[in-house]
Amino acid sequence: MEASPQAVEVEGVAVSFGETRALDGVDLTVGTGTVQGLLGPNGAGKTTLVRVLATLLRPDAGCARVFGYDVLRDATRVRALIGLAGQFAAVDGTLTGRENLEMVGRLYRLSRSEARSRATDALDRLGLADAGDRVVRGYSGGMRRRLDLGASLVGRPRLLILDEPTTGLDPQSRNDVWSFIRELVADGTTVLLTTQYLDEADNLADHIVVIDHGKVIANGTPRELKARMGADVLELHVEDVAALESTAELLRGIGTGEPSVDVGDRRITLPVHQGPVDLMSAVRRLDESGVVPSDLSLRRPSLDDVFLALTGRGTTPEDAEDAEANGARQGRRRAKKGAV
Amino acid sequence: MTTIDQSAPIALPPVRLPVSAIFTDSFVIAKRNLLFIIRTPQLLVFSTIQPVMFVLLFRFVFGGAINVPTESYASYLLPGVFVQTVVFGSTTAAVALASDLKAGIIDRFRSLPMARSAVLAGRTAADAVRNVFVISLMILVGYAVDFRFQGGVLSALGAMGIALLFGYAWSWFFALVGLLVRDPETAQVAGFVPLFPLVFASSIFVSTATMPSWLQTFAENQPVTRVTNAVRGLALGTATTSDVVIALLWIGGMLLVFAPLATWRYRKG
Repeated sequence: MEASPQAVEVEGVAVSFGETRALDGVDLTVGTGTVQGLLGPNGAGKTTLVRVLATLLRPDAGCARVFGYDVLRDATRVRALIGLAGQFAAVDGTLTGRENLEMVGRLYRLSRSEARSRATDALDRLGLADAGDRVVRGYSGGMRRRLDLGASLVGRPRLLILDEPTTGLDPQSRNDVWSFIRELVADGTTVLLTTQYLDEADNLADHIVVIDHGKVIANGTPRELKARMGADVLELHVEDVAALESTAELLRGIGTGEPSVDVGDRRITLPVHQGPVDLMSAVRRLDESGVVPSDLSLRRPSLDDVFLALTGRGTTPEDAEDAEANGARQGRRRAKKGAV
Repeated sequence: MTTIDQSAPIALPPVRLPVSAIFTDSFVIAKRNLLFIIRTPQLLVFSTIQPVMFVLLFRFVFGGAINVPTESYASYLLPGVFVQTVVFGSTTAAVALASDLKAGIIDRFRSLPMARSAVLAGRTAADAVRNVFVISLMILVGYAVDFRFQGGVLSALGAMGIALLFGYAWSWFFALVGLLVRDPETAQVAGFVPLFPLVFASSIFVSTATMPSWLQTFAENQPVTRVTNAVRGLALGTATTSDVVIALLWIGGMLLVFAPLATWRYRKG
């Protein structure tokens, strides 16, 4: 064991499911006490990496260590050091909130009384004190998710692994989870968090790794990543597909990067630094050429834009292994197209 | 929750779990599963009504037309129904484990520093406790339709013990099924595929002597018949040592095969 090991060290980890390469040689280092964001679309391999670190999945190649302990050779030690909250609230519906937490506490090898007192602490801390003695079946989705988070904490993990902790939560619950994660970080817990949302990674993470098709495609602080994308994004939609390329040409030179064309969505996006100024020059050029976009907007960069900037394509559903989980996203896109 | 002192050196967690972990962890899991059974009484009620219906159906509808080597059909039927009940009941292990897998609960357990076999040991132990309850109820039903234990208390306890052990062995088989199919609905249907031929082409409801000879060979040598004969023999005080030994060998064999296989499948994830 090294003198002061990193919280997480991943070297060349590869995992295949049949023909699909879920992870294709991933390297990652997470410093103790930091928050690492793992950003990527559905099917990028985020959950697969989480499962390797949580000792749930054997990598085909490479190695992964948690606080210096190998996830295969020292799996029991690793398990004693981590807390895991997955994408689905893995809590037992027929037990009460308190019983769920006490059970997990006992399985972390705590004494009965210690498990009981930690369960009470976690319930208080997660705002579930009043609901603690009710059966979980009657909990709302947000409450279940908070309880699941609580279950990952009763072992007082040194590394907390959160797989898309806010996916599917309403904005209020999402904010609650965010502030809760911040409290933990203030206490010094190392957090590894996967997310599909750039703003979530931006809000919580000290470092972000962007993965796609099982590979790390970008690595840096939120500030560094955003600098690659520009401060804002100029987005316009054009009715006529044939006019997309020529319109993109018109905009070349404005902003901080190349205009990207998304043919499917008939959309052009452009990273810009001085939003209003760049918007005005774009409008002038379009007007001079008689091009009238069906929609024109200036907005904050999204994960789509990160991907467009990094890979030249959006986080389109056909790239995802898990098309089902993308249903909501596709629905949104269709709705948007309908409006245009 | 108190603040964790992250500047302190990481306390070295144990490399190996204490041997006692398998017992304490299995107990924790069994308690969870028993709470599920207690808090879902409708499931217990409906899964108990089914064997009661079988008793009534065979005792009063078909019973008159069935010739058996014992003095009354009720005393022939009831020990068979004990076996049928625990065997059918063991399919719940498959459904429950597949549900836990689907809900991510198994992932949580596998990420905890707990004994690897405790989830399955706790599951099967809870099912055995449920079977004690269900068999006791079937004995009451049996006494209402003129079934009587005829071999004394020890012999009666032996009959119950063998039926319970057989149910326990099947629970391990169905634990394996649940871990393999990973879907509760499929697990529910898959369970009955091996059970129907084994339960109905057996000595549970009828004497195998009435079957065509090709079927008789199968029916007389398969585990459900062998165990039923031992349970019936003990219940009616006619058991031979070889009846009991053969039944115990089948049960032991099933446990030796399916418990390691299910544990291996669980570890593999």
